[in-house]
Formats: sequence, structure tokens, C-alpha cells
Amino acid sequence: MATEVLMPALSPTMEEGTLAKWLVKVGDVVKSGQILAEIETDKATMEFEATDEGRVGALLVAEGTAGVKVNTPILLMSEEGEAVAAKAAPVAATAAPAPVAAAAPVAAPVAVVSKASPDWAEGTPMKTMTVREALREAMAEEMRANPTVMLMGEEVGEYQGAYKISQGLLDEFGPKRVVDTPITEMGFTGIAVGASWGGLNPIVEFMTWNFAMQAIDHILNSAAKTNYMSGGQMGAPIVFRGTNGAAARVGAQHSQDYAAWYAAIPGLKVVMPYSAADAKGLLKTAIRDRNPVVFLENEILYGQTFEVPDLPDFTIPFGKARIWREGSDVTIVSFGIGMKYALEAADILAKDGISAEVVDLRTLRPIDYDTVLASVMKTNRCVTVEEGFPVGSIGDHLASTIMQRAFDYLDAPVVTCTGKDVPMPYAANLEKLALVTTAEVVAAVKSVCYR
Amino acid sequence: MAVKKEPQKSNVSKEELLGFYREMLLIRRFEEKAGQLYGMGLIGGFCHLYIGQEAVVVGLEACTKEGDKRITSYRDHGHMLACGMDPKGVMAELTGREGGYSKGKGGSMHMFSKEKHFYGGHGIVGAQVPLGAGLALADKYLGNDNVTFTYFGDGAANQGQVYETYNMAELWMLPVIFVIENNQYAMGTSVKRSTKSGTFFGRGAAYGIPGEQVDGMDVLAVKAAGEKAVAHCRAGQGPYILEMMTYRYRGHSMSDPAKYRTREEVEKIRSEKDAIEHVRDLLLNAGLASDEDLKAIDREIKEQVNASAEFAKESPEPALTELWTDIYA
Repeated sequence: MATEVLMPALSPTMEEGTLAKWLVKVGDVVKSGQILAEIETDKATMEFEATDEGRVGALLVAEGTAGVKVNTPILLMSEEGEAVAAKAAPVAATAAPAPVAAAAPVAAPVAVVSKASPDWAEGTPMKTMTVREALREAMAEEMRANPTVMLMGEEVGEYQGAYKISQGLLDEFGPKRVVDTPITEMGFTGIAVGASWGGLNPIVEFMTWNFAMQAIDHILNSAAKTNYMSGGQMGAPIVFRGTNGAAARVGAQHSQDYAAWYAAIPGLKVVMPYSAADAKGLLKTAIRDRNPVVFLENEILYGQTFEVPDLPDFTIPFGKARIWREGSDVTIVSFGIGMKYALEAADILAKDGISAEVVDLRTLRPIDYDTVLASVMKTNRCVTVEEGFPVGSIGDHLASTIMQRAFDYLDAPVVTCTGKDVPMPYAANLEKLALVTTAEVVAAVKSVCYR
Repeated sequence: MAVKKEPQKSNVSKEELLGFYREMLLIRRFEEKAGQLYGMGLIGGFCHLYIGQEAVVVGLEACTKEGDKRITSYRDHGHMLACGMDPKGVMAELTGREGGYSKGKGGSMHMFSKEKHFYGGHGIVGAQVPLGAGLALADKYLGNDNVTFTYFGDGAANQGQVYETYNMAELWMLPVIFVIENNQYAMGTSVKRSTKSGTFFGRGAAYGIPGEQVDGMDVLAVKAAGEKAVAHCRAGQGPYILEMMTYRYRGHSMSDPAKYRTREEVEKIRSEKDAIEHVRDLLLNAGLASDEDLKAIDREIKEQVNASAEFAKESPEPALTELWTDIYA
């Protein structure tokens, strides 16, 4: 009996991948542990091994096919003696799930030109790219422009980045400027802050912000406070960046959103982009800033594609929120991956006749209070959305600000949608429950609209 | 305290020896004055005096050239005076006044001078160690031959980040000299009560970093060891560790009950090992200076310190608007 070999999930967030190369052909006898294929995810190229022995009956997906969904059958393994049947199934014929390949989001749209945006001029040529590519491009451009910009962190060089953000940078800039560190967050963060005082502009990549807990003393006490403590003599021009918040099924120690923590610290600037254009423009601004910048990325967003202005030097200033969608009934304020829920909710609400204005804060320090307040004064209702814990959240801070500065404009209390007040559980159903959901945002909006 | 006496002495000139005497005396008289001002309520919060340890910074500063950097902990007044920072600016920072190096916003533990390449002044025990290695990394990256002196105490020497830094400093061959000022007490905990390892410099061997123990009460021995360490670093051979055996005469901070050691222990070291007395004897015995010459220096220093105290008292408190400045560069 033939056995189907399925497209494997090779990382917690992988949903699809490219079947880069077959290393076996029809008729080959394979042993358990033998490498069948090279599979490329958005994070890495990995070798995929056979778990059982048998004979390759058919290759169901052609080499080079992109967008192969996890769990799609990719190979038929027949037992010894079934070899004849396998021969009858030529690769071309069995590579039938071609729609899979067709569904791949690789085709670049032609000559996209932007609509008006506060961030770039109307008619600016646009290109599509993932958040991951946008971050890499931002670093590469700034490193080309300024020889004192350097990158350090775990696996940023030879491994090409744990999340492939730094892919190719070592080749272009060499080991002096792309420095692989030992696993020693407190030590290399302190070294990077010292280097920033000594005339460099380091970018520190934390494999995740969870690991930066080991280094938080240097981020706060050494980087954030020294300009003040020195009477303005010693700013730390440094960027701390990495993935923040929940990924998928990685448990309590790898899933925390630190947005509200870092946003609480004077002396830091805190950025949490949603789109690729913001990721690129804000990271370039962060690298040029004379102050320590905490740059909070999100693993799930890394692979998402957005339009980015095709300009030689594109930056976005800190402290300017972006209105993604204008509306008149309610203001939904969010940032980072929270925007996904905010925008989904706005779509659903529109169908119910509720017009939501969606504001992406983009930077959490400084916060663009003016844009939020102007919107709330227009809609008279506000819901905030974020993935972090509820106590002392960004939403709490906004609710208090709106209450103090726009109380008379409010027709309903501000409702904050956040992650739940629990450590992140591992079980898939519980994890889903722990995170903020689109349904919760929809329900919150309806409650403030009294509908 | 058991210290191996370095037999050889630097070939020191009269001028240099007089300079050492003057600089160490300045630190001591400055710190005594700071203690008085603290008692008068003019200095607040934490104030950690360097009295007793003067030979360490003065001896090492004699090995530096323009561009070399220094960074230390909260017991930092001596380091600042030794690298040429103005006593008036230091004292005015202690009193929290506008004329202080940080405009009164840093205090005793947080002073900096970019001009003199003094990078603080750090209140988190051990944090200055990777920060110092980072300054050295910048110099290596920029391609100059500057060296960073990273000072920390025997207490900080038990912090994990010190060893993370040793590992990377040797791995990347950073031009940093780790100066362990072993004054025998981490606040109130003696070295004996905090570690079983024989020496602190010896821990560097695990990372391939050479080092040595030095009589930190003998400014000439300090200078000789410093020159060796500096030559090692400037030659691109990576970091070096100097464990300075020294002693603080005063408490950890101004509010120290001093129950962890005896008055006799302190008195014994003061009378037998004092760094300033040592240089004074050298000068007098070799006929390089007369009692009168040294008294003249004493008077000069006293005037200089009194002037710094006057400045620190007269300098106004920072303007209230200063609360909101310098948060960002």
C-alpha cells in the first residue's frame, strides 16, 4: 500500500513553503533518515528526511513549486514490490496539484502606483515586499550609507538570521559589521551600548524580545537614562530590535508582548510597526536617531506582504500615527499585529453598518495623541486593540488620556481589547483564547455603539 | 593583607613622583571635604568615598594617552579627578547644582565627561564592565590604538556579566584593561565570605585573558603593571586583567555601620600601607623634596579643594525647566 508523504511544518508559524529541490527520484529505495527534499520556508531552507523506508512511487509536487501548503501530499512512498505501479505514474502527470503552485503569492503586481498618503507623494511608484524584506532593506541601506552602523546578535551572520531578517548582510558587509555573538544577552547588550557611546551606531538583534529580559538592565539603566544623567553629554544612538509578542504555539516564555513595558520608559523611543512600509521607513529613522530605540517586530507579520514605496531613501518620522481607514462611528486604535484584528473587525463592522476609523499608532514613544484625540472627538467612541497583557496596557494609558483630554466628547466608555491576563498556554485552543480576537474587537465596538 | 611586593620600581622622575603626591592628595582632601559637606546636609543620597584607594587611579592614569577611555562604578570621584576633570564641577554635582558635570541631574554616582573620555559613573554593580568592553570595541572598529580602562570592585567581580564580557573581550581581542579594585569588602561582605576562588585576576585564565595581582597601595607598582597591560592592549593582543589589592578607609557609603571589620584592621593599614605616606617617604628619603616643599603642595591642594566646595555651595540649583531637558539627545 502506498503511503502519502505530506508537506511538513518546519517552524511554529509555517503555513506553506517552496519545494526547492527533490533529492530522490521515482524508483529510488530510501531508508529512514534519508533526505528526500530541500524545503524553503520564509525563515530558512531545510532538509526534509524520510521517516520510513520504502520506494519512491511518485513525486506529487514539481521541484520549484512555491506556496505548497502544509499537509499537502508531496510524495507517494510504495512498499517493495509495488514498484511497477509507481513506474506507471510519471512525475508530470502526478504533479497534478498545480493549482497549489498557481496560488503562490510570488507574482509581482505590475506598475503599482500609490494613492495619496501622508508618508509619500501621490503617484509614488510602489513595490510589494514582505515585512522581513523591508527590515533587511532598511538595515542594508543604512549600513551602506553610514560606516559606523553595525549589526550584532545571535545568529545574525553565518546562520543568516534566526528569522532571516539579516540574510545576505554578512556577505555584503563582512564580519566586522555583522557580528555573531555568543548566547549572552546581558553581555553583548552592554557591549553594544558602550560601543554606541564610543562612536558606533549598533543595531542589536534579539532573537526574541523575551530573551532581552536578560539585558533589560542595559536597555533601561545604561541606554535610556544616561543622556539625562550626564546632563545631555551622552546619548546612546542604538537600535534594539527583534520579534515581540506571540508567534504560534511557543509557550509562555516565548510569547510576551513588551510594548507597554518599554513604552513606559523616558529616554527610550519605542516603535511597533504593522506594515512593511512602516517597518522599513521607521527602522531607517530608528537607525538614524541619536537615542536608544526599541523596535518591536512580530514573527507572524514577517512573511506578510505589503506595498512599499520604491524610493531610494524612504523614511517615516516617529510620533505620527497612520489612519488606515477613515470612519465616523467609532475609533479603533491599535499597533503592530493588533492592526490585523482592528482591520478585520472594521471590515465586518462595515457590513453591519458601523463605520470604524482605524488608527495605527506605529510608535508608542512618542505617541501621536493628537491624531487619536482628533479621531475620538469626531467619532465619540474608542476601542483599543493590542496583544499584550491587560494590566498597565497601552490601551489603559490611552483610555486615561482620552478621559482626561476628551471626556466631554465621549458617548461611551473607552473599551480596551487586550491579551488575557494569563501566561500564554501551549494548547492550540487555549492559545487562541488567550490572544485578542477579531470577534472580541467587533463585540467591543458594538458595545460602545450600544448595538 | 597579603600582597606580593613588586621588587622592581618604575624609573620615576622627581617631577613624576611629586605629581603622584599632588594627585593622590587632591583625591584624599577632596573626599574628606565631600564627607564634611555630606555631614552638613549639602550632599544627599549616596556618596561613596575613595579614600585609601588613591594609588590605583593615579598610577594607571600615568599610563594613558589622549583618546584612552575610562569607566567605573559609583565610587567614581577619584577616577574623575585623576583624569583631569575639574574638582569644582565634580563637587557641584555632588551638591546637585547647575555647575555640576551633569547639571545636577546625575549626582555622585552619575558623572561623565566626553571631553576627558570619562564614561561614568555607573550605579548598577558590574554594568560598567560590558559597557567598557563596548567602548573598546568601538575603538577597535574605528581602527585607532586607544585603550579603555574598565574599573570594578571585588563585589562586581562576582557578577555574571563580567564573565560574559571576558569571553567576548578575548574572543574579539578588545583593547580593554579590566581593573579589579579589590578593596577586600563588597559593601559589608568580605572577599572571604563571598568566594572560595583564590584570586580574581586568575579567573581570566578560563577565558585566556592574562592578568596579575598588584600592590594597589604602591603607586609605582601600579604604574609598572599598568604600562605592561597598556602595551599588551595597544599591540592588539586583547584584554588584560589587573587585580589591584587596595583598601578603603571609609565605609561603603556614608551610612555604613562598619560592623564588619575592626577599627584596628583599618588603623593597621592606614599606618603601614598608606599610599600617600609611601610617596611622601620616597620623596623625603631620596632628598627629592623637603618637608617645606610638601607642605606647600598641601596648602595648594587645600585651597583648590576649598575653592571647589565654595563653588559647589554657591552654584545655583538647576532651573526648574531642567527637569524636562536632556531626556533625549
